[in-house]
Amino acid sequence: MADTTTAVEHGGGAAMPQLDPSTFSNQIFWLLVTLVVIYFVLSRIALPRISAVLAERSGTITNDLAAAEELKAKAVEAEQAYNKALADARAEASRIVDETKAQIQEDLKAEMAKADEQISAKAAEGEKAIAEIRANALNSVSEVAKATAAELVAAMGGKADDKAIDAAVAEQVKG
Amino acid sequence: MADAAPGEIVIKPFDQFIVKPLFGGTEVHWYTITNVTLWMALAVLCVVGLFVLGSRGRAIVPSRSQSIGELFYGFIYKMVEDIAGHDGVKYFPYIFTVFLFIFFANFLGLLPMSFTTTSHIAVTAVLGFGVFIIVTVIGFVKNGAGFLGLFWPSEAPMALRPIIAVIEVISYFVRPVSHSIRLAGNITAGHAMIKVFAGFAAIAAVAPLSVVAIAAVYGLEVLVAGIQAYVFTILTCIYLKDALHPAH
Repeated sequence: MADTTTAVEHGGGAAMPQLDPSTFSNQIFWLLVTLVVIYFVLSRIALPRISAVLAERSGTITNDLAAAEELKAKAVEAEQAYNKALADARAEASRIVDETKAQIQEDLKAEMAKADEQISAKAAEGEKAIAEIRANALNSVSEVAKATAAELVAAMGGKADDKAIDAAVAEQVKG
Repeated sequence: MADAAPGEIVIKPFDQFIVKPLFGGTEVHWYTITNVTLWMALAVLCVVGLFVLGSRGRAIVPSRSQSIGELFYGFIYKMVEDIAGHDGVKYFPYIFTVFLFIFFANFLGLLPMSFTTTSHIAVTAVLGFGVFIIVTVIGFVKNGAGFLGLFWPSEAPMALRPIIAVIEVISYFVRPVSHSIRLAGNITAGHAMIKVFAGFAAIAAVAPLSVVAIAAVYGLEVLVAGIQAYVFTILTCIYLKDALHPAH
């Protein structure tokens, strides 16, 4: 390393190429060309395009937000309509239930009354039949008793007086 | 300027900044096609690629390149609007042009073996003085003599006003100088530093350190490339604001 020396050398004639005036005109000329080209590319093509896209995008976003808001309102409205319809249907249903119940009650009452009537009619008929049967039976009893009494009297050798037998039998049956 | 002797390490950190004709010859006339032309043309190609080809879809939902272009657009547009106000938006295309040129020139300059156009004071001076002249003209056209109110601090005590006015005038005329030297100086220093470290990489003992240093400085230079483009643009916006609204 002993013979290694480090030298910082300058390129070109001047200490720094930046300070060499012979290249200034070249750099300035090309810089101006560059700036003009970039300026025209930007102001003619790029910037109008980008600002249009940005405006369009913000417009789209605003529209979409408004549309979403509208749809939301519609959904709320629809929900309200649905709830109202549901409540109406419930009320209607309970009204129909009540009505039907009352109807059934009424029908039931009428049927009951009719049935009661029929039952009492049937009962009366039965009673009448029973009374008839009983009366028939009583008649039969007195007839049989009269005949038996007449026979008995005849067997005993007496002479049966119909009137006396009737009276006696009537007396006995009654008693 | 002798060739390097054996065992001697020659570091030429400024060779990368030499302007030379692309197609032979040594004379550099104003019209000669040089490496300056090449790298500026590449910057133009980058702008065209990103902002014309990238946005050709005009999509509501942007593609990647379109959204990068829109990001640049929105960033600078908002900067101009925030700093210079609504009437400054009119000058947005010029500011955007300057920003994109510096941005792409800086980043193209970071490619190995490239030439960095923004490292040249001639280039940055044109940009800086361009801004200075345009802004001054706008100031006088918009405000007439009222533009001079920029130098007359109405809220300072009467006795101090002339002194402050002198300082304000000097600082106003220093603006383009600092504006352009800041950019060229930053870029030049970084690139020269990388070259110096690269030269030391030839010495075996310090080579690893040198490589690490190059990587570190390169990372820093990536930052500087973006930041200097940003700084140049934001200062342009501030100067424009002064021209549009001199009473501050």
